[in-house]
Amino acid sequence: MRYLPKSPADRAAMLQAIGIRSVDELFSPIPAEYRVTRDLAVPRQMAESEIVDWFKQRGKENGEGYTSFLGAGAYSHYRPVVIDALVQRGEFLTSYTPYQAEFAQGTLQAIFEFQTMISELTGMDLANASMYDGSTAAAEAVMMAVRVTGRRSAVIARNLHPEYREVLHTYATHQEIPQKLVSFTAAGQIDLKELEKAVDDDTACVLIQSPNFFGTIEDVEAIAAIAHKRGALLIVSIAEAVSLGIVEPPRSADIVAMEAQSFGVPVGFGGPYCGVLATKEKFVRQMPGRLAGQTVDKNGKRGFVLTLATREQHIRREKATSNICTNQALVALMVNIFMTVYGKVGLRELAKQNLAKTAYAADQFSKHAKVLFAGAPRFNEFVIQTSEDPYAINSRLLGHKIVGGLPLKKFYPELGNAALWCCTELTTRSMIDTAVGLVADSEGSVRTMNETEPAEVAR
Amino acid sequence: MKHITRKATRHISQNEGLIFEKSSPGKAAWKLPPLDVPEVDTKALLGSQERKDLGSMPEVSEIEIIRHFTRLSTWNYAIDLGMYPLGSCTMKYNPRVNEFVARIEGLANGHPYQAEKISQGALQIMKTLSECLLEITGMDAITLQPAAGAQGELTGLLMVRAYHESKGNARKKILIPDSAHGTNPATAATVGYAVENLKSNDRGMVDVAALAAQMNEDVAALMVTNPNTLGVFEQEIHKIADLMHDQGGLLYMDGANMNALVGKARPGDFGVDVMHLNLHKTFSTPHGGGGPGSGPVAVKKILAPFLPTPVVITKPDGTLGFEYNRPQSVGRVRAFYGNFGMFIRALAYIFANGPDGLRQTTEDAVLNANYIRKGLEGTFDLPYDTPSMHEVVFSDKLQSKKGVKTMDLAKRLIDYGFHPYTTAFPLIVPGALMIEPTESEPKEELDLFIEAMKSIAEEVEEDPQFVLDAPHNTRISRLDETAAARKPVLRWKP
Repeated sequence: MRYLPKSPADRAAMLQAIGIRSVDELFSPIPAEYRVTRDLAVPRQMAESEIVDWFKQRGKENGEGYTSFLGAGAYSHYRPVVIDALVQRGEFLTSYTPYQAEFAQGTLQAIFEFQTMISELTGMDLANASMYDGSTAAAEAVMMAVRVTGRRSAVIARNLHPEYREVLHTYATHQEIPQKLVSFTAAGQIDLKELEKAVDDDTACVLIQSPNFFGTIEDVEAIAAIAHKRGALLIVSIAEAVSLGIVEPPRSADIVAMEAQSFGVPVGFGGPYCGVLATKEKFVRQMPGRLAGQTVDKNGKRGFVLTLATREQHIRREKATSNICTNQALVALMVNIFMTVYGKVGLRELAKQNLAKTAYAADQFSKHAKVLFAGAPRFNEFVIQTSEDPYAINSRLLGHKIVGGLPLKKFYPELGNAALWCCTELTTRSMIDTAVGLVADSEGSVRTMNETEPAEVAR
Repeated sequence: MKHITRKATRHISQNEGLIFEKSSPGKAAWKLPPLDVPEVDTKALLGSQERKDLGSMPEVSEIEIIRHFTRLSTWNYAIDLGMYPLGSCTMKYNPRVNEFVARIEGLANGHPYQAEKISQGALQIMKTLSECLLEITGMDAITLQPAAGAQGELTGLLMVRAYHESKGNARKKILIPDSAHGTNPATAATVGYAVENLKSNDRGMVDVAALAAQMNEDVAALMVTNPNTLGVFEQEIHKIADLMHDQGGLLYMDGANMNALVGKARPGDFGVDVMHLNLHKTFSTPHGGGGPGSGPVAVKKILAPFLPTPVVITKPDGTLGFEYNRPQSVGRVRAFYGNFGMFIRALAYIFANGPDGLRQTTEDAVLNANYIRKGLEGTFDLPYDTPSMHEVVFSDKLQSKKGVKTMDLAKRLIDYGFHPYTTAFPLIVPGALMIEPTESEPKEELDLFIEAMKSIAEEVEEDPQFVLDAPHNTRISRLDETAAARKPVLRWKP
């Protein structure tokens, strides 16, 4: 076996040194009736070339060569090649959590820089080293708010990513955190009147997403005012990190629960991604997850260590702020490098291109279908409503190697034939024009069939 | 005489400041293509929501970025440099073909919401990995969704809870041996269970008599790690399982130490009802400086209805798909389907090994640990002489007489070019040195490690202060952790 670095002679010498005849003796603590004496029924040992071929084949069966308009929490942005060149350095790839600081300064300094840039971009005082993903970060933020406020319940925006809501529900149920859902307006934003009614003296936090699941930017200031008036914290979930280049960050939030996948992490069929929590300084001791802090060594030289570990499970066990241990360090390094490449000016220009492509696409679609939630600013996603079922449209688009928007029926049945479309800097004008043309064709033919229904024709 | 190359020598390493300290206006490492749609008026589109300034975000060139991160990387230790004997962390070789196949276009760029029709490749990977893991563990059903081991524990205990609730009583507490990882009690608390400690016996195993006394119908499950954190196989595991099952309880196994069992014994055969695996330990996906992990949870049939949604199924037409309609499911624990990129790597590892390779891997891992044990017995105190599987736990009892503790020994080991072992864990061994070499170490590396440890033990006798002041050869000396925690500086400021 090519990963095993021992010759038969090495093994024999080691057995002799231990003073046993056969390696089987080392397994004698396992009762004989539980010892496996057959070959496991897994595929036979394969050559590297066979492994590569097998996975290349799977890649071909997985949407290779398709143009996609999907976003909804997983965004296709260009990944500068320096990212993979650097994260594949063995010293980053094959090192452990930096508990032994003297031997892990590279990882620790990188985390410190990551924390700095995330704080800067989100408008918070500080950020942690990463969480699993945006969904679990949101759930952990709610539990954190419960600890900070000593209150029990959470008010959740219905236009928060539906899968984030599901994850929160799973976590919150056994923490006995009741959740109230608040609906959205015709502009796609959280309904402020309903929110005002939902927040009460037992509300630990209000959790919203901005840009929200429909791509619409929320009025964070107004929402914060409502939450803070009753002593609740405001948690803002950000699923599309690139928006931070051009959209004002949620400075009046108390916790930002972010998904940083957009910053240089492959869409990769949903993971691994990079969740992050950022917050105000006064809440740091209730924040879960690892933190790197600056300090000095015995000679006064600057260095970095994992700090405030008394919040964590390996010290506090059942009294820890969270059970999280392993995080997303290498993915956070991708995010870190991406943020460094684009930096202060590039992130803004990148975000502007996303804005422009999306504005163009929404404009083109609006000539043939209804673009919902037009009354509020949006970033790089929009919802279009068609006469035809979006699943049927998408299935036709697939024939042209185009993956259409995400049909929303499953999550928001009241929106009918609606789908969530996304454009990024990678979406070309010709891709948009082709997709718009195909949707226009199908809308045209549906309209012809429905000629007897004047309401449909008028639209 | 054969020439022995010593493990490490000092060499020049580059100094490097924070990236912010290199920044100056006008430098750039990016270039966007020309915009092919009309420019937009950001003020008109965003109004007061437009961001004006990105504060102290850096402005640097590409070569500076390459040098910055390359220099930082050289300050790290890594498996690629040598043995990384962290007990219970299983720092094994991370094969490069895993990284290569994970970056194949359709796999790296597939969108989680693209139609199932064009997701058959990803689904096939998930299905094949699931089947392999079920065969390896001897369990009946599996979810790949949990993002890491601790989230696997959470998922497993949620299922335990859902199972008991379906019987009309969620029960109140989880039994956890005093040798367990910190994540076990932290997870039980997250799921709303009380934690009750279970003392180990004088052989470092679960005390079956104590368990019998503590087991009652308030206990939802026992969480065991097997082999446990002493590297000892729980020989009475089936008795333990029976004790749990007799009173309606379940047996949870923390799969952190599965590297001792793959191809040699299957938890499903010895009475385990639910367990998690760590793909980043046993199945060679890289630790990456702390993550990402992946923590699949495998269960017996009785728990299958409670698996998180969605699960991969074969549809009537023979294609694969996701099933969401599972009324008894505990729900979702993560958006999308889990850390898919880790599934690819773990499956590539299983393919590279095959059944014979997996077995040989386990045998080598156990052989290596026992070789170290033999080499260091006598030099370091062995608190439990029970046979070791894949890791061995010594204590600093002999060296602490000179005032030198396990962490000091560990820091000195750095000077010899090795990453330290796990210190001060498990908690049942005062001053523990927990050593897990994994199968990835050649005999020469093990010999160098043994020699280094023996040499440090001699130094403790001759000049304990020298060891207490270690490390001596690193870029920086021991860091002031107290100051870091008292006045936390968690970000750079201009």
